[in-house]
Amino acid sequence: MSADIDLINLTIRFGDFVAVRDVSFKIAGGEFFSILGPSGCGKTTILRTISGFLPPTSGAVRIGGRDMAGVGPNKRPTALIFQNLALFPLMSVADNIAYGLRVRGVGARERRAKADDLLKLVALPGIGDKKVAELSGGQKQRVAIARALAVEPQVLLLDEPLSALDLRLRQLMRAELRAIQKRVGVTFVYITHDQGEALTMSDRVAVMNHGVVEQIGDGPTIYDRPATPFVAAFVGENNGVAGRVTRIADGFADIETPMGLLKGRDGAGLAVGEAATLFVRPERLRPAPEGFAARVESTAFEGHLTHVSLIAGDGHALTMSLGRDVSAQDLTPGATVNVGFSADDAVVLRQAAP
Amino acid sequence: MNHTIDFILLGPPAIALVFWLASMIERRRSGSAEAGFFARNGGAISAFLLIAVGFWALALIVWPQLYMVEYSFHPKLPPSARFGPKDYYTLANYRYFLFGSPDDTSHWNDTHLHAFWTTIGVSVIITILNFAVCYPLAYFMAQVARPGTVRRLMLLLIIPYWLNEILRAFAFRVLFGTGGVLNAALIGAGLIHEPIDFIGDDVALYAGLTYAYVLIMMFPLYNALESLDRNQIEAARDLGAPWWRIHLDVVLPHAKPGIASGATLVFMLCAGALAAPLVLGGPKTLWFTPIVYDRFFQAFNWPQGAAYALVLLAACMAFVTLIMRLFKVSLSEIAR
Repeated sequence: MSADIDLINLTIRFGDFVAVRDVSFKIAGGEFFSILGPSGCGKTTILRTISGFLPPTSGAVRIGGRDMAGVGPNKRPTALIFQNLALFPLMSVADNIAYGLRVRGVGARERRAKADDLLKLVALPGIGDKKVAELSGGQKQRVAIARALAVEPQVLLLDEPLSALDLRLRQLMRAELRAIQKRVGVTFVYITHDQGEALTMSDRVAVMNHGVVEQIGDGPTIYDRPATPFVAAFVGENNGVAGRVTRIADGFADIETPMGLLKGRDGAGLAVGEAATLFVRPERLRPAPEGFAARVESTAFEGHLTHVSLIAGDGHALTMSLGRDVSAQDLTPGATVNVGFSADDAVVLRQAAP
Repeated sequence: MNHTIDFILLGPPAIALVFWLASMIERRRSGSAEAGFFARNGGAISAFLLIAVGFWALALIVWPQLYMVEYSFHPKLPPSARFGPKDYYTLANYRYFLFGSPDDTSHWNDTHLHAFWTTIGVSVIITILNFAVCYPLAYFMAQVARPGTVRRLMLLLIIPYWLNEILRAFAFRVLFGTGGVLNAALIGAGLIHEPIDFIGDDVALYAGLTYAYVLIMMFPLYNALESLDRNQIEAARDLGAPWWRIHLDVVLPHAKPGIASGATLVFMLCAGALAAPLVLGGPKTLWFTPIVYDRFFQAFNWPQGAAYALVLLAACMAFVTLIMRLFKVSLSEIAR
């Protein structure tokens, strides 16, 4: 069972502070949907509103077509996984998982059977009698997921649940979470500030900033076709070069910058004369004889990539990331190199109001 | 009495010496480079700590209590005859508590036993009442209220304790007396026609004792509840628990050590209270502590007083043990 979620003109205020400003979007049933943004962007606020802990100032939340106004968190078809997991330390693992069933009046034998089934689902069979304190970080994670799934929610809400784990476990749990979601088919709404998590796991990602949704799309769309300068800069590494539009033709924009005339896709329906910023990813920059000149500041070797810090034009800092197929041998600090990129790989966006 | 002075003067240094020797032996035996108690704190401070704590624990707590225990097994004698040829060990004082006579065991000592059980029973009720009053308030302060509100509430709770205990008890008498404020208000409002005898019905006693120990219950309870992660409450709610189940399954189990700590403190203070039961108790209610007091200063029978005091102490210790069993907490958890 899974339900779709419909947020309609959602606004949430805390006193004078607007945490979420007129946000509307739909999450399809069975979708793995991430809300990505820096801390304080309003993503957790939206999650708490969907789960029912925080009433919206205005607007509506519909889950499975039903308006949730006045429905408490204990009555909603949602289950929330907290950032610190909030497992009950005084209960055993099985009691934790079956707690939602216990308050629904399910008998002890049936509860235990369900808890054991769920422990198998999250690949932790036979640990039902352990105490929570005896579990490792990753195990706690899985128990929290099992506890949330035990009440058979139609929507699972996850508030940065991986942030407390170390890097290696985090990457393992990403795949695990995705696999669990595929198996149970429940709608997942996943809150994170980690773009890697959002891009690897999600069917779609909403990027938020200052209480507003900047863009919604699947991973490649968000990464390759950012709709706003914020998305371009926040998701992945990016080089931004500010300038003024001089020509628009065939969906491409020419932009006059301190590094000369640069060309990229018109990502915002620009007009000639507008202030704009061209974004090009470090891995799209290449040494090219016809490109603009830049001085090599330093290089950093990271295995599959070598990151080259460049100073171009009027002191503008850029990063160029080269794969093993391009030789970086003559890029010693102090050397001058000509750098270019394909216009297809760059996007020109309207300058955000400063 | 010379023995006493010797004991006080020589006891603590002897303890310090024993500890010092023990630490030396320990260091020799383990052979590790880890610094012992004396090496960590320096000789002077270590000696001071051991002597001060030793003096406090032994001379001010253990020794007087042991003296009382010993005293309770002696007959009533003039001081000059103590430890003399007429002195002997006897259970007469305990027999008197049970049977109202040093040697006749055919009748129970109804007055004293009744007072004893009344004291224990009422103290249990007061403890439960206190918990019932404090729990909602402590929960509100620890989990719901904003910091400013908590500070104001704390102040409102503490200020009444600046008043003297006896003054507070008499204030309650004024409040609850037949011609008191409460009766006047109830009659004025037309709710009753005859004044209610709040003092004779022990309402004033219950209210006064509950009020007197609110803070004693409040602080351990508030501390325990304050350390509960809010997410735990929200997680239970999110999983479908109604409010009362959240308290039963999550909040109360977490607060258990605080409840046990508050309950034992309130019970002991209540059972040992002297002024409030005297001032607020009805004519039918005889508290046990005034009886103990009378043994010492009216009957001038110190051994008997010591025996009565020890009976009360034993009851309190039994209660603490019972509470610890009931709540499945250890002594160290209560003391936290």
